[in-house]
Amino acid sequence: MAIDFGYSVSQPRAVDLDRNDLSLAREIVREMPEFSACIACGGCTATCTAGNLTSFNFRLVQTLVRRGEYAGAYAEMNKCMLCGKCRLVCPRGINTRGVVRLIKRKLGDY
Amino acid sequence: MKKVVVVGGGVAGMQTALSLKERGVEPVIVERTGALGGKLRNFHLLFPSMTPAAEVLKSFTDQVASSGIEVRLNEEFSDFSTDAPIVIASGFNVFDARLKEEYGYGIYDNVYTTVDVERMFNEGKVGLKDGSVPRRIAFVHCVGSRDEKVDQRHCSKVCCITGVKQAMELASLWPDAEIFNFYMDIRMFGPGYEELYQQAQQEAGINFIRGRVSEASPTIDGRIQIKAEDTLIGRPMKMTVDMLVLIVGMRGTDGGKFYRPRDLFGGSVLSDRPNVFYAGAATAPKTVGESIAEGVMAAEKVVQYLNDGN
Repeated sequence: MAIDFGYSVSQPRAVDLDRNDLSLAREIVREMPEFSACIACGGCTATCTAGNLTSFNFRLVQTLVRRGEYAGAYAEMNKCMLCGKCRLVCPRGINTRGVVRLIKRKLGDY
Repeated sequence: MKKVVVVGGGVAGMQTALSLKERGVEPVIVERTGALGGKLRNFHLLFPSMTPAAEVLKSFTDQVASSGIEVRLNEEFSDFSTDAPIVIASGFNVFDARLKEEYGYGIYDNVYTTVDVERMFNEGKVGLKDGSVPRRIAFVHCVGSRDEKVDQRHCSKVCCITGVKQAMELASLWPDAEIFNFYMDIRMFGPGYEELYQQAQQEAGINFIRGRVSEASPTIDGRIQIKAEDTLIGRPMKMTVDMLVLIVGMRGTDGGKFYRPRDLFGGSVLSDRPNVFYAGAATAPKTVGESIAEGVMAAEKVVQYLNDGN
């Protein structure tokens, strides 16, 4: 029987843009070019109904998607209630609600 | 009457001289190098309108030539004990990127500065050392700005927009290349700048990543690996690029510091000495347009000084 010494190997935490496949991110941006105009102000997350009750952070999840970090994005976007308040506050006029739906459509397998 | 000495033949100096001449005061431009034009001589296109720098430069040198203003080239001015009015329009020095050794400028191939990129565009030879087209390019903002490690605490102001401009120029030259700009803050202070930034994001497809690149290292296949934190995610990031462009800042010409104007509210072209004036980037990082505007203001203040019986 293997003895558990309590040690483990840590996986690298870095976002590795040499390994990440950015093709899906590019596909998403192609369908909705305004998505890439985000200036990371966090207004969407500040006003987010779901984000005030859960760990949902729209600003963070959409940034991760653009970096090719797709794992968990679909599940996270499921926390969105599609109320659309984020769209009202976005200073760059991004259809944030549309971004949620687009990411869910493209990243259902993740 | 003694001629007004204009130290520096860049746009600020030329505009000062032209405005003085228009007001009936005789200037002399003393220029350290062998030609008028200053930093503008090396620039390709000017942000945000993409106006050719040569076009702006020519309009100034033509005016100086036709106005009969005395120009002394290859001459270093040092006689500050003179009682003639002096306008210091000595501009700035480009930050020496070799001081940020961790980015490998002058050590690894295909690490350039924004000044190199302007020159390469002017020479019509933009590309990697072996002549091939880069697939991936990274721009590093704030090289020699906001960095006390190299005694450059200030923001050099115009580099953000320069980085955005050059990223867009490279994107249109090589539409298949991926371009990443690593920034700490994006400071789009001028008219049309924010619009250009949004265009870079949305139309040119430039990727903006918030985080300061900590180091660059060569890979076994001769590319460059860079590391940063993606501070919007809160995780370290690494990637390999074919070309690294360091967006270099401005360094002052008064022993590495900028000259200090009397105040910033009407006295921005005045010094602590009544006969010494400033114009342009000698006192702080400025755009071409701002430097030209200060040339007019400095000339006005010199004329006032002369009219006050000096």
